[in-house]
Amino acid sequence: MKLKLHVWRQKNAKTQGKMVTYDAPNVSPHMSFLEMLDVVNEDLIAKGEEPIAFEHDCREGICGSCSLMINGVAHGPQKATTTCQLHMRTFKDGDEIYIEPWRAKAFPIIKDLVVDRSAFDRIIQAGGYVSVNAGGAQDANCLPVPKDTADQAMDAAQCIGCGACVAACKNASAMLFTSAKVSHLGLLPQGQPERQRRALNMVQQMDKEGFGNCTNQYECEAVCPKEISVRFIARMNRDYLNASICGSGPEKKAGGGED
Amino acid sequence: MNLDPKIPSGPLADKWTSYKGNAKLVNPANKRKYTVIVVGTGLAGGSAAATLAELGYNVLCFCFQDSPRRAHSIAAQGGINAAKNYQGDGDSVYRLFYDTIKGGDFRSREANVYRLAEVSRNIIDQCVAQGVPFAREYGGLLANRSFGGAQVSRTFYARGQTGQQLLLGAYQSLERQIAAGKVKMFPRTEMLDLVVKDGKASGIVVRDLVSGKIESHAAHAVVLASGGYGNVFYLSTNAKGSNVTATYRAFKRGAGFGNPCFTQIHPTCIPVSGDYQSKLTLMSESLRNDGRVWAPKSSGDKRSPEQIPEQERDYYLERKYPSYGNLAPRDIASRSAKEACDEGRGVGEHGLGVYLDFRDSIQRLGADTISQRYGNLFQMYERITGEDPYKVPMRIYPAVHYTMGGLWVDYNLESTVPGLFVIGEANFSDHGANRLGASALMQGLADGYFILPYTISNYLAGVSRDPVAASGEAFKEAETAVKDKTAKMLAINGKRTVDSFHKELGKIMWDKCGMARNRAGLTEALAKIPALREEFWQNVRVLGEGESLNQSLEKAGRVADFLEFGELMCADALTREESCGGHFREEYQTEGEAKRDDANFAHAAVWEYQGEGKAPKRHVEPLVYENIKLATRSYK
Repeated sequence: MKLKLHVWRQKNAKTQGKMVTYDAPNVSPHMSFLEMLDVVNEDLIAKGEEPIAFEHDCREGICGSCSLMINGVAHGPQKATTTCQLHMRTFKDGDEIYIEPWRAKAFPIIKDLVVDRSAFDRIIQAGGYVSVNAGGAQDANCLPVPKDTADQAMDAAQCIGCGACVAACKNASAMLFTSAKVSHLGLLPQGQPERQRRALNMVQQMDKEGFGNCTNQYECEAVCPKEISVRFIARMNRDYLNASICGSGPEKKAGGGED
Repeated sequence: MNLDPKIPSGPLADKWTSYKGNAKLVNPANKRKYTVIVVGTGLAGGSAAATLAELGYNVLCFCFQDSPRRAHSIAAQGGINAAKNYQGDGDSVYRLFYDTIKGGDFRSREANVYRLAEVSRNIIDQCVAQGVPFAREYGGLLANRSFGGAQVSRTFYARGQTGQQLLLGAYQSLERQIAAGKVKMFPRTEMLDLVVKDGKASGIVVRDLVSGKIESHAAHAVVLASGGYGNVFYLSTNAKGSNVTATYRAFKRGAGFGNPCFTQIHPTCIPVSGDYQSKLTLMSESLRNDGRVWAPKSSGDKRSPEQIPEQERDYYLERKYPSYGNLAPRDIASRSAKEACDEGRGVGEHGLGVYLDFRDSIQRLGADTISQRYGNLFQMYERITGEDPYKVPMRIYPAVHYTMGGLWVDYNLESTVPGLFVIGEANFSDHGANRLGASALMQGLADGYFILPYTISNYLAGVSRDPVAASGEAFKEAETAVKDKTAKMLAINGKRTVDSFHKELGKIMWDKCGMARNRAGLTEALAKIPALREEFWQNVRVLGEGESLNQSLEKAGRVADFLEFGELMCADALTREESCGGHFREEYQTEGEAKRDDANFAHAAVWEYQGEGKAPKRHVEPLVYENIKLATRSYK
């Protein structure tokens, strides 16, 4: 296949970026989207031009590194698929493809298609854990968890933290990401002691990072490579409301290992 | 080189308990006076960094990814072993220990492996307490599945994403400690050298991958948890960024490298489709619980699978290894697939593939059950190949997956450089010449949560509590060397891309040091690799600048180290004149099975760096078996 690519090039965070057009003359339908970019990059290097910077690592749809807007859709046209798992057989000869980075204020561009997603780490830092030190946990089977509950928790826990939900949202909201972690832990018995403070603190951090609000368009669910459901957003809203009304006052920072 | 394994005395089952009882402790108020560097945030590094911080140490933690959650442990699919015996099927610590030693073809250290089996039970407890959503039965208790090389069901799993869920558990604990100010996290930062000062590991030199700045960090101890070196083959199931740099630089600073030739070829990966291929994708070993492996009986049979009648199919694992069948260990299953393909019975466009067929289990259990067990794997397969495995058998072929070799460590997980600890896949310790499925996750978390925190405290208790600084001759020399090397790579401006060198090296390694090795091939590789390395330093083209995000420069540094390391692997493979586990020397076999030589090779080979341009020196640590009898591994 022959393709025409329009790619966002930006030298660094401080300079202005622009779309640049490249030809991809020898594309096999069996290539992954990133392998197609690899080939383009090899050609660019041969011509003495700097290759296109993009994020990728595992290339099997689980690390959450890859992050491209492909023709305006986060991770491209195939449902439930990360960019690295998208194969060129989805496209046809002569197609023009627009490739852009995630677009969100809270994800500033570092270079070309690479953005800074450290805001997600800070949301987890605000409470996306169970406070349990390594040591003498009780036997794993002491606390039975109904299979349905464990399965639902797993549905939420599958989030790979890629940020497609934010990129797809017109408000650049991180509600799907945040609610996935709030729900994963909030569903399980192990997560109950911190359930309220977790919901409050993670939502607060999310707002602080500059992510927008949810206005129920469900664009996030539509592009999520792990098909995380928006019902977790509703669940987080209930937890948040409950914690706001019944919560135990202002939050102290979670303790570490000093006790 | 001192290779004293420092195994505690006493009966095997009491060694770890007695070690813990006698280990030196650091009192809580003094712990905060120590700084520990942890490189890598996978299961081993992430769990170690979190646990050391929970104990009160100051931790500086580094990863090259944009977030610690993306380390390649995340991609482990099938599960984690633990000797819980929840199924009541005869499992025990001893049995997991024995299976691991036997699976490793009797090339690992008894005491370390026993400890691993012992703490495996705590790992499950810890992870459940963190909220890891393991698969459960309707009664609410944990579910198990079987894995290769075992006759019990001891593998815990979270759908096909066990590594992800375990890593997120460790990552969340790590983030909690970052929030608490006990861990300073350096994402997008790559370790480029180890600093040894007064004979002790004292710090590292790193490059900030965004700003390009090269700087040093000092600590009272350094922990490497930087994973394996499978990417020396270019094509592997490893993430694109996985590399040998951290461990190889430590090797050049005096750390012995153990058994570099012990690499694991995983039997069930999606076959290569073209020369643009950038990585290989694993299909979890758990699939072999319900999938049957076969190839056509006659060579050159190009019919589509459904047209090949039952009597013309060769279910070769079931035929050759009736008691383990499709669950034969990885090295054996891989070699059998290669044999079938070498005989011209391979399937698919290039003839490099065999079938993994779910027809019978779909008939027996229904498509719904199969989908519940493996749905996401089937989906992934279909995305990559465009074929539906519910209807057409999967095509699979072996691919490089894991490296059992790594930096040599003693019972303390300490390398030959005092103060340098190595954990997880980066060390050589537990899997001998072949790792059993679902044991990598177990080892990573055992090292990080339950072993290193004890052994490193024992070390730190004997080290001065004075603050450390990244200053002095050793730091300056290491930093300058890194800067010079970076500048040199940028200045060459030759004609070939980094990837083209990496691919060429990978092909040499796969052809000559892959699933089967022989003297002539290895000798040839040992001539080709230095020539390729020389060309690299004359003719590589790395564009862009050092003071910014430069992915070509990152790759170039990693490939430069692979170009040296590949030679070490081949030298190790050449000198190990026996076949064991994943190391199959064609000269040493009986009826197609590996022929071990316990009289001459019941040891770990440990390589010592001798300086630029000099051949490294081979030392041995004899493996002493006090509790089990060396036996010919049989899965028949």
